[in-house]
Amino acid sequence: MEAIYLEIAVICLGIFLLLFEAFIPGAEKRVVGLAGIVGLTAVLVASFWVHPGELPANSPLAPFYSVDAVAIFFKQFSLVATILVLVLSLDFASVVERFIPGASKGAGLGEFFALPILSCAGLMFLVSATDFIFIFVALEFVTISFYVLVAYMRRNSACLEAGVKYLILGALSTGFLVYGITWIFGMTGQTNLAAIHAVLLQMPPVTYPAVLFGLALVIVSLGFKVGAVPFQFWIPDVYQGAPTPITAFLSVGSKAAGFVVLYRVVETFMVPGLGEKLLMVIGVIAGATLIFGNLAALPQKNFKRLMAYSSVAHAGYLLMGLASIQVLTAEPAMFFYLTGYLIMTFLAFIVMTLVSVAVGADDISSFNGLGKKAPGLALAMLVAMLSLSGIPFTVGFFAKFFIFEAAIQSGLYVLVGIGVLSVACGFYYYLKIVRAMYWLPVNEAHESLVSIPVSYLTRAMIGLLIAATFVLGVYPGLILRFFVQP
Amino acid sequence: MISPLFCLILLPVLGAIFAFANVAPRKVALTSAIATLLATLGVAWFYNPAAADKFQFVTQWSVLPDWGLNFTLGVDGLGVVMLLLSALVLVGAVWSSPKVVDRAGLFYGNVLLIAAGGIGAFASLDVFFFYAFHELALIPTFLLIGIWGSGDRQAAAWKATVYLATGSFVLLLGIIGLYLSCPENSRTFDMRELVQLAQGGHLSPGIPVYVLLFLGFGILVSLFPFHTWAPQAYACAPVPAAMLHAGVLKKFGLYGLLRIVVPIFPTGITEATVLTLPGEISLNLTDILLILIVGNILFVGLVTISQKRLDWMLGYSSVMHMGYMFLGIASLNQLGLTGTAILIFAHGLSIAALFALAGELRQRTGTLEFSQLGGLARQAPVMGLLFGFAVMASVGLPGFANFAGEVLVFFGAFAHSNPETTQFSGFQWVTVVAVWGVVMSAVYMLRAYRKIFFGEVPAKLAPITDMTWSERAPIFLLLAGLMIVGFYPKLLISFLNF
Repeated sequence: MEAIYLEIAVICLGIFLLLFEAFIPGAEKRVVGLAGIVGLTAVLVASFWVHPGELPANSPLAPFYSVDAVAIFFKQFSLVATILVLVLSLDFASVVERFIPGASKGAGLGEFFALPILSCAGLMFLVSATDFIFIFVALEFVTISFYVLVAYMRRNSACLEAGVKYLILGALSTGFLVYGITWIFGMTGQTNLAAIHAVLLQMPPVTYPAVLFGLALVIVSLGFKVGAVPFQFWIPDVYQGAPTPITAFLSVGSKAAGFVVLYRVVETFMVPGLGEKLLMVIGVIAGATLIFGNLAALPQKNFKRLMAYSSVAHAGYLLMGLASIQVLTAEPAMFFYLTGYLIMTFLAFIVMTLVSVAVGADDISSFNGLGKKAPGLALAMLVAMLSLSGIPFTVGFFAKFFIFEAAIQSGLYVLVGIGVLSVACGFYYYLKIVRAMYWLPVNEAHESLVSIPVSYLTRAMIGLLIAATFVLGVYPGLILRFFVQP
Repeated sequence: MISPLFCLILLPVLGAIFAFANVAPRKVALTSAIATLLATLGVAWFYNPAAADKFQFVTQWSVLPDWGLNFTLGVDGLGVVMLLLSALVLVGAVWSSPKVVDRAGLFYGNVLLIAAGGIGAFASLDVFFFYAFHELALIPTFLLIGIWGSGDRQAAAWKATVYLATGSFVLLLGIIGLYLSCPENSRTFDMRELVQLAQGGHLSPGIPVYVLLFLGFGILVSLFPFHTWAPQAYACAPVPAAMLHAGVLKKFGLYGLLRIVVPIFPTGITEATVLTLPGEISLNLTDILLILIVGNILFVGLVTISQKRLDWMLGYSSVMHMGYMFLGIASLNQLGLTGTAILIFAHGLSIAALFALAGELRQRTGTLEFSQLGGLARQAPVMGLLFGFAVMASVGLPGFANFAGEVLVFFGAFAHSNPETTQFSGFQWVTVVAVWGVVMSAVYMLRAYRKIFFGEVPAKLAPITDMTWSERAPIFLLLAGLMIVGFYPKLLISFLNF
């Protein structure tokens, strides 16, 4: 089967749900979400019949659309992330309803379930994009759906603030991207990544500064997307203000796709004389991201803000892998890290959504005494936090292990040193949640909540994510085999 | 494929799962602890020290074949000794846990998981899983200290956890460095293959890898000056956590040094000058280690003497005693290494017994402050007797395993004489300091014994009851282990083969 059918199916599903939604009475809008989950699951299953390879040269898609192993894997990745976002959205629906005024109950909920699906299609295009123009179009496709989703709860001022900030900075970063692409096109006469690589090999080194300037602009723009320092300043406010499922989507889907694009761009420019400079810049950004993300996460009191800074910190580890891209093990290491990051982040966000809906706040203190109140949820959160901090037998440990192995192998000792301190900081702020859940007494304001209702679908997802955390923590080969050719 | 060692790891894990599910937690925990001990004794019984292949009960599951990463279980004689230690301390720890405890399921589950981490580490022949099992035990420790600890438990739990996590991560970098220093087509995490590569001269880790490994293990074993996490954590931890951590988990680092660092690194690397001080004094790695050992024994010893509470004193004393084991490892000869292994076993049991007794004492008197205790031997003669035995063992009196270990270490270290002159070498001076350390531990241990069990009973101290038989049993078990090995050290030495 051809890969492009997957995107077509997802787009059709999204548009169909948008139309279909109008005929569903307000109280039953959840059907849209469930239908989305079923549809995306069907596409996910179908995607396993798509085999990675190369498109025939005469295919109209060939110049800008790649179906290599990375692309296929991250299409599946995007689908899984979106399914999880929809599951989260079902649990979060009551909050969305509260902040959307409507004539009838549930008005405006339908789009909240349908838009992530369109965003997913954008992400799937993005991970296949091998041409700057297509990268730009796909990126805008993703971002525009996100503009709507981030500011979705229009009666909530924090949410609107997040929306405006995301809009302005998204537009700014788009500007950087277009300007950078123009420079690169001006110097090389090409927008296709492979063609640019071929041209660069022929070009005299004296022209490199101009190429580097364009490249720097592109890196700035992608730095915004993945949340690398110094382009991370929008992250805490947007993550805190956006509806929780969208925060999770931003932090996983958008970041992963951004990294795939960054990886493809960096690979394109790995030519002698240029590559070393590029990797040095990435290394410096990685160090700054690690330091800032971890130090800023330490004093956080709000869980979503904590996760925002933690996502910056994880971007740092990923950039560390990118900076050592010349080592063979770095590429699988990065992609494994992203997979692990999806699992543990969503696990944390699911529990967080349930708790914050029940308690009505998303401070860390909302988790006080959860170990007594809801042992099952507390256990799920414990697993997520342990994995995020990198305890063995969880996926987070292997992820860090592979990244550090690659970094040591390519001799980035300063970065590795910074990494050690980051890991130590990580232990502190992730265990803060564990402390709240198990050490501290139940918050008196939340004493009335005897148990938090958890739907069977959510239970199943929590179970699956916990299982995935441990299975990949013992047997990482399940993911690595997608990237390492036998 | 059923592996006895896999079952050995599984027993406490299963117990923990049942305990977490709150199915009669104490009974389940005790049953699984005793089953673990019996299984360990079985492994020790069927282990054949005379066999050609000293690694026995080996089973292997492939995890990442391209990386040379397998989940390999197996033990040699040293592994058997460590497993015996873990199982004995586990039974002691579960048995002497307080009878009534808030959220008992979580409590006993965590206690069992710490032991499972230790047993898993000692039964792994793969550096990667050896490391992973140890780090797994960090979290139960964090929860145990944080929820059921006493005193400034929160600070203690944070400090120990962040310190140990950082130490482990340094160690992980060292392990990765070791892995990457293998020749490209035969990279492996298997300890046996690593040693073979090293002996064949194919392994060329540089001084940085050596320093990383030593620093990582050193932090975990509370090598001076990285010891500050230990006393506070042990003083604040609930009894079984202190017993298992000081008795078993801390020995992980020493085991790692004996198992990985000593056989892999050539002696040349320890003799290369790494630091030159003004006045043309050049220091090699061994010299630096010796200086730190003096810090461990002399400095921490003096700190121990000045303690005013029993729990803090025990915490510091356990740091101080690490100095002897480092000395044995630094001496790098058969006497020293064998002595270290015996001392690991002996110290693990004696410190666990002391922490258990301190727990009983606190339960009865509500305080461990020396100034508020006294004359308890009259009211609780059995407790006094048992405490006396544990104190003697800890000081290293003949008849206890500690004596056998310390004597071997001293002989091993003293053998490093200076061939050119008749003067003492640095090693011999440090040995003299270490022997002096025994006197220091006698000072603080006997003083504590006197202050608690003899003299006038303070007026505020209500009459207390003696230990019941079920409370005595775990102490008997630990002391019996110490005395059997003390009178017949060959029992353990026959397993050891350096």
